[in-house]
Amino acid sequence: MIASWTITGADGATGEELLVAFDQVRPVRVLVCPAWFDEANKLRRFTVEVMRRLDKAGIDSFLPDLPGCNDSLAPLEVQTLAGWKAGMTSAAHFFRATHVLAIRAGALLAPTHIPGWHYAPQSGNKLLRGMVRARTIAAREAGPEEKAEALLALGRSEGLVLGGWPLGAGMIRGLADMEPRLAEGQSEIAQSALGGPGLWLRAEPDEDPRQSDALAAIIAGGVA
Amino acid sequence: MNANPTIPSAAAEAALDQELKGLIADVLGLDPAQAAAFGPDSGLFGHLPELDSMAVAGLLTEMEDRLGIVIEDDDVDGEMLETYGGLLAFARAKLAGG
Repeated sequence: MIASWTITGADGATGEELLVAFDQVRPVRVLVCPAWFDEANKLRRFTVEVMRRLDKAGIDSFLPDLPGCNDSLAPLEVQTLAGWKAGMTSAAHFFRATHVLAIRAGALLAPTHIPGWHYAPQSGNKLLRGMVRARTIAAREAGPEEKAEALLALGRSEGLVLGGWPLGAGMIRGLADMEPRLAEGQSEIAQSALGGPGLWLRAEPDEDPRQSDALAAIIAGGVA
Repeated sequence: MNANPTIPSAAAEAALDQELKGLIADVLGLDPAQAAAFGPDSGLFGHLPELDSMAVAGLLTEMEDRLGIVIEDDDVDGEMLETYGGLLAFARAKLAGG
């Protein structure tokens, strides 16, 4: 279930990354583009629970780590949006994915050559805004006040640590105006379709079997 | 929300109250009954263990999305986050264009 693969980044450089895979060489193979950073932790169990359900429904799925995140050996601060996007497209080819399921900001990385779904997609700007806000609120509690605008300006020129994640200047500049776009054959799944509040909102990682059932059913129904 | 900015109707006020309680329950994973029991003096930041700085950021972002308001850095202070009544008053003022 835990496997590794060779990723090719935007600059053509390769590296080894881990992934969770349910692979029985079945006809439908779903690449999962995970949520990012704090949301990735909160949605990790939910994501794998959806994959378990897809497995039972006869569907293969693949959840690669984003380079620099989770168990990756690559440093996070040198990662860029273009590199991550190239990595996900490389993963789609490597695993011969027939569909993509992108989760939250994962939608910013969804390969465009295969059909699939964007679940509760999030824009780069909103992601950044939420992380900067968490930092300014924490700073206010701790002492010296920090301003969002000044932090973002610093981030764009030198990079910034947000929520404990060291992000490079390239990543922060790239995120600011990045909107998820549905490619041909891709559709959006709104949170309301899952019958409960988004689990990324929770202060602690959580799970909800009904939501996992609902998302897996939409995908299994969509490929049937 | 189509509350009259100067004299909010009781119905609009009740709708905002319900929306805000639902939103807090969603963000903090609280039992909806616990959130529904919030009164003006119910403690939030510093009183609910679930509400850390990351959760506050999530709460404010969700308020922006669901209430259609924009919350600036300078809007966020201890008073607005300390009690449910403070947060409700803030949301009401924002919706009124304040």
